[in-house]
Amino acid sequence: MKARRISLTVNGEAVACEVPVRLNLVDFLRHELGLTGSHVGCEQGACGACTVLLDGQTVRGCLVLAVQADGATVETIEGAGFDDLLADLRAAFHRLNALQCGFCTPGMLLTAQELLVGNPNPSRAEIREYLSGNFCRCTGYQAIVDAVEAVAVARAS
Amino acid sequence: MLALPGEDGAIIAGGQSLLPLLNFRLAAPSCLIDIGRLDELRRIVEGDGYIEIGGLVRHCELAASAVIGEAFPLLHQAIGHIAHPGVRHRGTLGGSLAMADPAGELGACCLALEGRMSLQSVRGQRWVGAEDFFTGIYETALAGDEILTAVRLPRRGPGGIQIFKEVARRRGDFALAGLALVAGANLSNPRLALLGVADRPVLAARTMALLREDGSAMGSAVDRAVAQIGKEVDPAQDPAYPPAYRRHLVQVLLRRTLAELSP
Repeated sequence: MKARRISLTVNGEAVACEVPVRLNLVDFLRHELGLTGSHVGCEQGACGACTVLLDGQTVRGCLVLAVQADGATVETIEGAGFDDLLADLRAAFHRLNALQCGFCTPGMLLTAQELLVGNPNPSRAEIREYLSGNFCRCTGYQAIVDAVEAVAVARAS
Repeated sequence: MLALPGEDGAIIAGGQSLLPLLNFRLAAPSCLIDIGRLDELRRIVEGDGYIEIGGLVRHCELAASAVIGEAFPLLHQAIGHIAHPGVRHRGTLGGSLAMADPAGELGACCLALEGRMSLQSVRGQRWVGAEDFFTGIYETALAGDEILTAVRLPRRGPGGIQIFKEVARRRGDFALAGLALVAGANLSNPRLALLGVADRPVLAARTMALLREDGSAMGSAVDRAVAQIGKEVDPAQDPAYPPAYRRHLVQVLLRRTLAELSP
């Protein structure tokens, strides 16, 4: 298989690597870099478990090729987790039982973070809508919406 | 590269439709040509009487554009129905139109808005109207060596109507049926495009004619239009969603749309 050399920044560190041209970004992150926090679920962009930040925006890690990320900045749950907002979300998810198996959680957290950065005071309907592309098969979503709402309310006060 | 004989290449723009096909090995092009960094295709240009949207403008960029929101609120309404934020950050207008999914929102919008597509190859550029661009399920007027570089949408007069509605099983799912209504003030010159009910986005021409004749969105005129669109659409057989169901959805959507217009 053809390979290409790519250079990118992953979680603040410069990475240069030769990758097969058809390798997905999420597989590159997991298998080449060992960043297994991003999960591979449906591989068709439906479930959101592979969500990572590409140049600051959430994307499906399964619907981007690693070679397309050449020159880009990528953040995964491992690297994006040290600012206050994400720490608050993590704590609220933990406190309110917004996760069980945890498979969807990294994608949920990154997507919820993006929502709250753009809209610090969302309604429950807006939270549901923004997270509608992230599937959870454990919680029934109620607790996840509770957790995101709780963080928004706490940060507003 | 597309023009080279013997090359079985595929264009990749945002990749939000092509990557699932590659992941499932449903498509196996010998090479991918990534046009994602052609910045000149990623612009929204205001022309004289029209707005031209580059093929690589992403859904999230359309949604964030005040120019688009002002001129074509239809597009802003429609984009909320397209998948999810993570997909809208990558998916492009040109990619969506070139994919030509019969349930695609933007194809129906371009049809209702009388859009024209710019198709370009090493042989030159040509313009194709939305009515002639879509030729079947995942089929378009694009030749093998052409790419869709832009869509030109004529500006509408003030006080017009633009309404998009669809029904999907879940937020962001493929539409089971949807409609895009574009008209002047008081429902003059209505254009009603439908998605999800044929092998391509289609105009409901006879319902449009009836709305034009009646010149109203009230009372019996609504009933007549709803009955007419039920006769007009002819969805394909589908075990999960029989034609009668999709026909019913289109009728419900039209009734809701016209209800919004009555004073």
